Amino acid sequence: MRKLYHRIIQISGNVITVEAENVTYNELAEVTSTRGTSLAQVIRLDKGRVSLQVFAGSRGVATDSQVRFLGHPMRVSATENLLGRIFSGNGVPRDKGPALKDNLIDIGGPSVNPANRVIPRNMIRTGIPMIDVFNTLVESQKLPIFSVAGEPYNELLARIAMQAEVDCIILGGMGLKYDDFLTLRDTLDEHGALSRSVMFIHTAADPVVECLLVPDMALAVAEHYAVAGQRVLVLLTDMTNFADAMKEIAITMEQIPSNRGYPGDLYSQLASRYEKAVDFEGAGSITILAVTTMPGDDVTHPVPDNTGYITEGQFYLVRGRIEPFGSLSRLKQQVNKDTRDDHRAIMDTMIRLYAEYRESLEKQSMGFRMSQWDEKLLRYGERFEARMMDLSVNIPLEEALDLGWQTLAECFEPAEVGVKTDLVNRFWPKKD
Amino acid sequence: MTEQQHQGRVVGVNGNMVSVAFDTSVIQNEVAYVVVGDTRLKSEVIRVRGNEADLQVFESTNGIRVGDTVEFSRELLSVELGPGLLTQVFDGLQNPLPRLAEQAGFFLQRGLYVQPLDRERRWAYTPKAAVGDTLRPGDTVGSAPEGIFEHRIMVPFAWSGEWQVTWTAPAGELTVVDPVAKVSNGSEERNVTMLQTWPVKIPITNYKQRLFPRDTLVTNIRCIDTFFPVAKGGTFCTPGPFGAGKTVLQHALSRRSEVDIVIVAACGERAGEVVEVLREFPHLEDPRTGRSLMDRTIIICNTSSMPVAAREASIYTSVTLAEYYRQMGLHVLLLADSTSRWAQALREMSGRLEEIPGEEAFPAYLESLVAGFYERAGLVELNDGSRGSITIGGAVSPAGGNFEEPVTQATLKVVGSFLGLSRERSNARRYPAVHPLESWSKYRSVVAAKDLDRARQILRSGNEVDQMMKVVGEEGTPTDDFVVYLKSELLDAVYLQQSFFDEADADCPAEKQVYCFAKVLAVLDAKFQFTDKADARSFFHKMRQAFLDWNSSLWKTDSFTKAEAAIDRLIQTGLNA
Ligand SMILES: Nc1ncnc2c1ncn2[C@@H]1O[C@H](COP(=O)(O)OP(=O)(O)OP(=O)(O)O)[C@@H](O)[C@H]1O
Ligand SMILES: [Mg+2]
Repeated sequence: MRKLYHRIIQISGNVITVEAENVTYNELAEVTSTRGTSLAQVIRLDKGRVSLQVFAGSRGVATDSQVRFLGHPMRVSATENLLGRIFSGNGVPRDKGPALKDNLIDIGGPSVNPANRVIPRNMIRTGIPMIDVFNTLVESQKLPIFSVAGEPYNELLARIAMQAEVDCIILGGMGLKYDDFLTLRDTLDEHGALSRSVMFIHTAADPVVECLLVPDMALAVAEHYAVAGQRVLVLLTDMTNFADAMKEIAITMEQIPSNRGYPGDLYSQLASRYEKAVDFEGAGSITILAVTTMPGDDVTHPVPDNTGYITEGQFYLVRGRIEPFGSLSRLKQQVNKDTRDDHRAIMDTMIRLYAEYRESLEKQSMGFRMSQWDEKLLRYGERFEARMMDLSVNIPLEEALDLGWQTLAECFEPAEVGVKTDLVNRFWPKKD
Repeated sequence: MTEQQHQGRVVGVNGNMVSVAFDTSVIQNEVAYVVVGDTRLKSEVIRVRGNEADLQVFESTNGIRVGDTVEFSRELLSVELGPGLLTQVFDGLQNPLPRLAEQAGFFLQRGLYVQPLDRERRWAYTPKAAVGDTLRPGDTVGSAPEGIFEHRIMVPFAWSGEWQVTWTAPAGELTVVDPVAKVSNGSEERNVTMLQTWPVKIPITNYKQRLFPRDTLVTNIRCIDTFFPVAKGGTFCTPGPFGAGKTVLQHALSRRSEVDIVIVAACGERAGEVVEVLREFPHLEDPRTGRSLMDRTIIICNTSSMPVAAREASIYTSVTLAEYYRQMGLHVLLLADSTSRWAQALREMSGRLEEIPGEEAFPAYLESLVAGFYERAGLVELNDGSRGSITIGGAVSPAGGNFEEPVTQATLKVVGSFLGLSRERSNARRYPAVHPLESWSKYRSVVAAKDLDRARQILRSGNEVDQMMKVVGEEGTPTDDFVVYLKSELLDAVYLQQSFFDEADADCPAEKQVYCFAKVLAVLDAKFQFTDKADARSFFHKMRQAFLDWNSSLWKTDSFTKAEAAIDRLIQTGLNA
């Protein structure tokens, strides 16, 4: 039997400090107070003083509450039995099913050896032209949706997930509104995807420390499935809540904040999660789609900013549409050379012209006379928005490319669009 | 002294920092190992106070407990130098990643270290020094071919004084640990092997003198070589917000730069990006040598999810390897992506040490460390009169894309060329997104300065007209001004912008740049006649098209000549209209 400790010498935020011996860094403990028993994790050792982060929060913890160390770090059961199940951030069932104890694996495991990675090569088709044509999603990509509160980001997340061809889906919810959780669950259910999904859900009402565990739990399970050969899609929403939970702990620990209160290791912390996205040679893969809400619609806010530096692009969701500017899939060039010869040209040209359209629009709004060229751009811009940007459009890539040429031909002369002559000769719709 | 004397005991753990009580002596920056069960975790002493030392651990600290043993090595953090470094992929501590993968599989395994240089492999050694010769540290003893290079075997840099050769190995196939010579300084005889070690945080300075970097390092990237050139032995930085194209630019540089050796330091960035280099380089041909690009490349890869202390070390490991090859009279290009991640690693550690923070919580000594790193670049004359250089190019990832932040500012103070990438340009897909009005360089361009001035003037004037048009509209702009604007847009579209993914466009040796630049300049200088703005716009659309076709045809081929003729005809039309 492990020794029990009763001397809690400090309680601050969700961190308690206890005098104890023979404790290992990062191990778990059970803290029992009048409010019940909570897990806690060792986050600092200083001679005989051990600081622990209490998952359920420190409220109700007394200086003589009981602390029992478990001798192992946080673990999750990794088996097929998780499929169809819903858990809280610390792995306790949220559904009516039994607790799982088989094949426990440590969460937050080591990084994949870069020498073992392969170049991503499979396009994930979504039927959304703004993605398929302009910012192609690729298997093993890590990509967040940048958005502000009120935008339908969870709907977009779910729609991509339902359309993507993957073997299983792992949903990590952080600070989710309960209604959003129900909506996500129901969407999976409607599409018959629930039985191949696992959910780790932390809602806005749950203790904040549990939020911190969600990505690691979800990704540890994902890694286990991927090594076994499955193509796994991990959905993480909302990573800003995860970062805020980190901020809260850092401040409690009196760490010097680097930027707007966030700890200096925010980048490394986010990266160690996102970098779990991988394509294993000879096994499965992990693709990560996340949501990062931008406080104050400010992309330079530390959370979206650090995220952008880590992920392989981002989809900007603005007023219900994926914005062409700022949205980016950095892996698109790995796959768009093999789709169709005109893919890259359409992608570049249409965006460039759309940028010019925006300029004309601005001129128009300032009351300047529209030149002939402006008129052409205005006509083009409207069609581009209706045919490519509207999220209700759901067409395969090839159809979208054809529609692109059609739109160009309706609005411009071939010499005006700046496409290489041989492509124009091959693809420009012939007038009859 | 016995082993026992160089041990300590863990007294605290905070993230990747471990505090250790010791009762003998410790050395600042020496390597120590924290013993956890049967694994030994490599660490570095970074602070000593009283009888407690603080260590940064190059691994996860999970499972360490108070009282665990710490072994001090009495050696500074060092790298191995010798033949066999080229083509390798190392982590920040110089462990060969493919060898780690052979032993540990998909994932990195804590506490597993592999010797950087293969002890079994044999090299065709040829002696150069003769018995009786007097040598100084850094002087050549012999050589062994490493791919296309004559790898010089040198008297270890760390030795001091003069050494007389007392024996040399005959030419033959030797391993890096076999003695190739014996030398004596009168009181002591030592073996020289092909392998030597050097502490990474100390620059190698066994050369005669540093020289001013004059020669342009041709990168094949037009906006760099022509507008914001880099010199062999110079330094440059590429700050830019996320997604602006820093990594794509560095990859293009690593492929096409006309240097002997390229060291790619992937420091705290995405693993996926290194994989592209790793998997593609072996299959790409270096046009200068006809060999695989990998033959001239070393990759140091400590990506963002790998331990952060090793990330800090990776920058020093990279520059030390660069210095080693420079000592052989070679021109080395070191590309670090991203130096901001290195600075963040310093910040994380400084925070754990509870040092008084500077701006944005970066340590107060950030500037001097950044300066110290870039100062390790340079063109030098070696003791034998040959020249070698290190050019350093660092990507910078400023928070919020704002260049007024500590790392960018510290870097700008010490570099010779500033290639600022702008969000505005990358959003408009104007790649490479180097800002033509904000960037600068102190080095010499591949084209004549007076020509360059004219082109710059057009860019500036075009920008002014553009700003003006935003106020008075196109109709309020005189046609002549409008044409200046169109000319600056043309220069941007067909010269500054360049596709690295189009073989023909990406391949731009100095000679081709001089030739093409003259043609663009001819258009910029021409006094075209236009009836109105619509006429001018349509003319420049056609001109752009003609130049794009030219850019995408291979240099000195028929299609190149044909495309050029089309441009010439257009110029004539414009003049005669
Ligand atoms: N020269 C270029 N030509 C075409 N596309 C480019 C070019 N440069 C950048 N891009 C596009 O922009 C994307 C991002 O570029 P890159 O990865 O180089 O950005 P970065 O500045 O390194 O960003 P981060 O700081 O996040 O690492 C690329 O994946 C590519 O789609
Ligand atoms: Mg990058």
